[in-house]
Amino acid sequence: MINNDTIVALATPSGAGAIAVIRLSGENAITIAQKQFKSVSGKQLTKQPTHTIHLGHIVDDTRTLDEVLVSVFKNPNSYTGENVVEISCHGSNYIQQEIIQLFLRNGCRMATAGEFTLRAFLNGKLDLSQAEAVADLIASDNEASHQIAMQQMRGGFSSEIAKLREELLNFASLIELELDFAEEDVEFADRTQFKDLTARILSVLKRLIDSFAVGNVIKNGIPVAIVGEPNVGKSTLLNALLNEERAIVSDIAGTTRDTIEDEISIGGIGFRFIDTAGIRDTKDVVESIGIKKTFEKIEQAQVVIYLFEADVFVSDTKKSKLLNIEIEKIKNKYPQKPLLIIANKSDKLSDVQFSELNKALIHISKTGKKTQAQMLSAKTNHGVEQLKNTLLSFVNTGALKNNDTIVTNTRHYDSLLKALEEVQKVKYGLETGLSGDLLAIDIRQALYYFGEITGEISNDDLLGNIFANFCIGK
Amino acid sequence: MFNEIYDVIVVGGGHAGSEAAAAAANMGSKTLLVTMNLQNIAQMSCNPAMGGIAKGQIVREIDALGGYSGIVSDTSAIQFKMLNKSKGPAMWSPRVQSDRMRFAEDWRMLLEQTQNLDFYQEMVSGLLIKGDKVVGVKTSLGVEIKAKSVVLTNGTFLNGLIHIGDKSFGGGRAGEKAATGITEQLVDIGFDSGRMKTGTPPRVDGRSLDFSKMIEQPGDDNPEKFSYLDITKPLTNQRSCHMSYTSPLVHDLLREGFDRSPMFNGRIKSLGPRYCPSIEDKINRFADKDRHQLFVEPEGWNTVEYYINGFSTSLPEDVQFKALRSVAGFENVKFFRPGYAIEYDYFPPTQLKHTLETKLVNGLYFAGQINGTTGYEEAASQGLMAGINASLKVQERDAFTLKRDEAYIGVLIDDLITKGTEEPYRMFTSRAEYRTLLRQDNADLRLTPKGFKLGIASEKRLKRMEEKHESAKQFVSFFETTSVQPSEINPILESKNSSVVKQSGKLFKIFARPNIEMDDIRNVKSVEDYIQQNNLDREVIEQAEIQVKYAGYIEKEKNNADKLNRLEYVKIPANFDYSQIKSMSFEAREKLKKIQPTTVSQASRISGVSPNDISVLLVYMGR
Repeated sequence: MINNDTIVALATPSGAGAIAVIRLSGENAITIAQKQFKSVSGKQLTKQPTHTIHLGHIVDDTRTLDEVLVSVFKNPNSYTGENVVEISCHGSNYIQQEIIQLFLRNGCRMATAGEFTLRAFLNGKLDLSQAEAVADLIASDNEASHQIAMQQMRGGFSSEIAKLREELLNFASLIELELDFAEEDVEFADRTQFKDLTARILSVLKRLIDSFAVGNVIKNGIPVAIVGEPNVGKSTLLNALLNEERAIVSDIAGTTRDTIEDEISIGGIGFRFIDTAGIRDTKDVVESIGIKKTFEKIEQAQVVIYLFEADVFVSDTKKSKLLNIEIEKIKNKYPQKPLLIIANKSDKLSDVQFSELNKALIHISKTGKKTQAQMLSAKTNHGVEQLKNTLLSFVNTGALKNNDTIVTNTRHYDSLLKALEEVQKVKYGLETGLSGDLLAIDIRQALYYFGEITGEISNDDLLGNIFANFCIGK
Repeated sequence: MFNEIYDVIVVGGGHAGSEAAAAAANMGSKTLLVTMNLQNIAQMSCNPAMGGIAKGQIVREIDALGGYSGIVSDTSAIQFKMLNKSKGPAMWSPRVQSDRMRFAEDWRMLLEQTQNLDFYQEMVSGLLIKGDKVVGVKTSLGVEIKAKSVVLTNGTFLNGLIHIGDKSFGGGRAGEKAATGITEQLVDIGFDSGRMKTGTPPRVDGRSLDFSKMIEQPGDDNPEKFSYLDITKPLTNQRSCHMSYTSPLVHDLLREGFDRSPMFNGRIKSLGPRYCPSIEDKINRFADKDRHQLFVEPEGWNTVEYYINGFSTSLPEDVQFKALRSVAGFENVKFFRPGYAIEYDYFPPTQLKHTLETKLVNGLYFAGQINGTTGYEEAASQGLMAGINASLKVQERDAFTLKRDEAYIGVLIDDLITKGTEEPYRMFTSRAEYRTLLRQDNADLRLTPKGFKLGIASEKRLKRMEEKHESAKQFVSFFETTSVQPSEINPILESKNSSVVKQSGKLFKIFARPNIEMDDIRNVKSVEDYIQQNNLDREVIEQAEIQVKYAGYIEKEKNNADKLNRLEYVKIPANFDYSQIKSMSFEAREKLKKIQPTTVSQASRISGVSPNDISVLLVYMGR
């Protein structure tokens, strides 16, 4: 439905790309964006003229999410006719989601299907022939997105929400019963039961909301961080997994300047490979920033691949010592994360070196429960198949164990967050002895948000429920 | 006999008809009220009471607009109660017990004193229709009366059929004939009609009752009243009701008559209201309950007749009698009139516009039970709206409608014409999305300016409203600007188990705490002084209290209502072709085609129309 609150959504196709555009529209779009935006030149977005572009960073409190370009369009000269902010960010799924969620937490609502276009039409920004074309699009989009939503309701999600809604509806009916039928000879349920119910609903909501992080992983691919020094063959490895020339491959160390992400489907499971700058100790300021970033990437990843050159390992003892120290560092810092130690460029080894390294790797594999090691040659494809199997085994053996109920849809996540807020108000109201008609306001809102997920919204439900269960009427 | 052309003819003289006639006449329309029996104007066919939860709010709204129901309810009241006083202000609901005979008499006197209003006693048997326009009515004697518009308020009279046990006979009310002709004519020209059922309990001789075996139910200690005008006064003296209970024995005795019950043997096919079930229905559906409440309500100041609320029944009269005699206090009961059920014709209200004018015939309006509603208050409010709109149409002025966030009357009419109704429709507060805004204390603020603009609310009424709300506003700003010292407020807070304050602060903040009430805050000297100096009356004090204590909730509901209203302003052109919208569900297209909503907001409330359908509609609109 059309509101004048501020909505946010990805404006470019979902998935990874070079850049992505996130669009905010609504009266407060510019003020909301300003709060999360730090311009490099210290400019205030709210004071900028319409149709201007500004360089800066999207920040969440002290954390910088991304360097972005922000375009400001003022009412009425925008696509929707409202204040609009378009944020061009780097195109990884992760960054897109982080930025969108940041805005959802800070005053925006997830746009419903076609809502930007609806607003544009309502504000007279689209002519009728354009509107017709968009209508067909929305209709088809809804059907597809509905199917996707149904598939995404893995495990008990849909039934769990339906059950919560039903319980809350019963609760609401009891409250309405007290209000509309106060004169009647009906017993009213006691408040302690209501309190128990809200506590239960809150715990389920919280669990579902927490599951969103996991759900997002399933949906957007399992993040795998590839850690290694420049030129150890990270890009070549990605290409081998991808079977195509995607990443930039060159022999000049440091070609991969920033993190590159690639999503590769292995055995039907999406894996998102995050290239990093490596973690070797350095005094160089610029490089130490890169190392910090690498640790951030490892933090986000579910699997870590530590990549090094097989020939260097066997021929340079000083180097191999350093590598061992780095491996230990990762293991100690992230003992819960599966770690894959991979010696690349096995094609460069002599037979003796090969068996020597093999022994060493078997030894390394035994040093940690979640550690495995192998050799491969990204160049000749030797061992790539083994790597794929190992990655899959992490999923299949439950190394990435998930909750049984998972929320993967950002819209659902948004509704759950709002329902949580309303149920918390109900809980507070119950604690302070708030009268039923006022409690009902918050309960109705919560029901509304549940309804956004299950698709059932009606006031008649309440009365029907009352008449079915209580002897009403003088 | 009738040579002139009336502006408005109102058919029927019940609650709907009386309000319709008064409104039309007061707006300057030459009006005629035609009814089958002028002795029976504004009869209370069922219980002798006005108001109640949600209904009391409607009576206040009628009064605020300039209707008469509130005034008559006050002048004929024998007991007043403000229901739900322990809950939030949106739930406070005024209700009176009425003197049935005085209620009808006072209404008749008020109507007789109304300028522009003529009366005629006869049964209207048909409408005069030319093309798609109504031009008058025809009576059973063959008299033709010309008019520019007609308001039908036939109540339960259209082909009314009364059931008592296995006996049934035609009638519109016990002792009165049914009306025939109108349904048949309307169906002929394309209207859908249906049947509904309602019932009423026996009336008994108070002299045969033993009230010592019942529980007394007195009125409020400080009774209020309905009308915002000062021409009526609160009661100084009240009559009590009494309460008794049925028992398993009573239920067994009633069950003995089930085989002769028209409800159970299939003679009554139409649907009655779920929230006003007959006693046999209650026993049948809730078999595990071993007792039900009965309210024994006096029918007036002086009469000995009593109304047995809760004992509505169509069982054979001997079964009713035998069972009631087993209720405590009723051992020697004598019947005045047995209870009965009545079936009658109604016209599904989805055939109406928001003005209550029919979509099919220009100038023809329906109000009250003919639209499938139940209740005096629901009927009266529709009568008022139909009378207003018939006048406006004749006077070629803009139509008058109320939105869902403006009045229960708006909720009522929008529900009726958008959703229709399968059972007699009664108002509940839960039907209103924004009930925090639709309170009995602010109906004047919401509606009196509109009534004044229409010409039915007097200037005096408007002035009173403005003064009340101005005083309240100033009192609220007094709380916002006046501080109180901890030494004065902390003892009060302690006595209410509310946390004490360390430094002086504004009264508003303290008063806004959930458990601090006006009576507590009046212990602060400056507050009491302000009240005395400004001579504030109860209404103003109450108004200020509501505005301080519920400000947050009122604001929240206002915001929600504003969201709804954005769609309210997106109009759908008349005769919009829904079949062209292929991306909309088939069900939605069919429903929209039938209801023909005037705004996207209304369309969104039709069952079977999903939010997706609305999105598509929005984009397609105006094509």
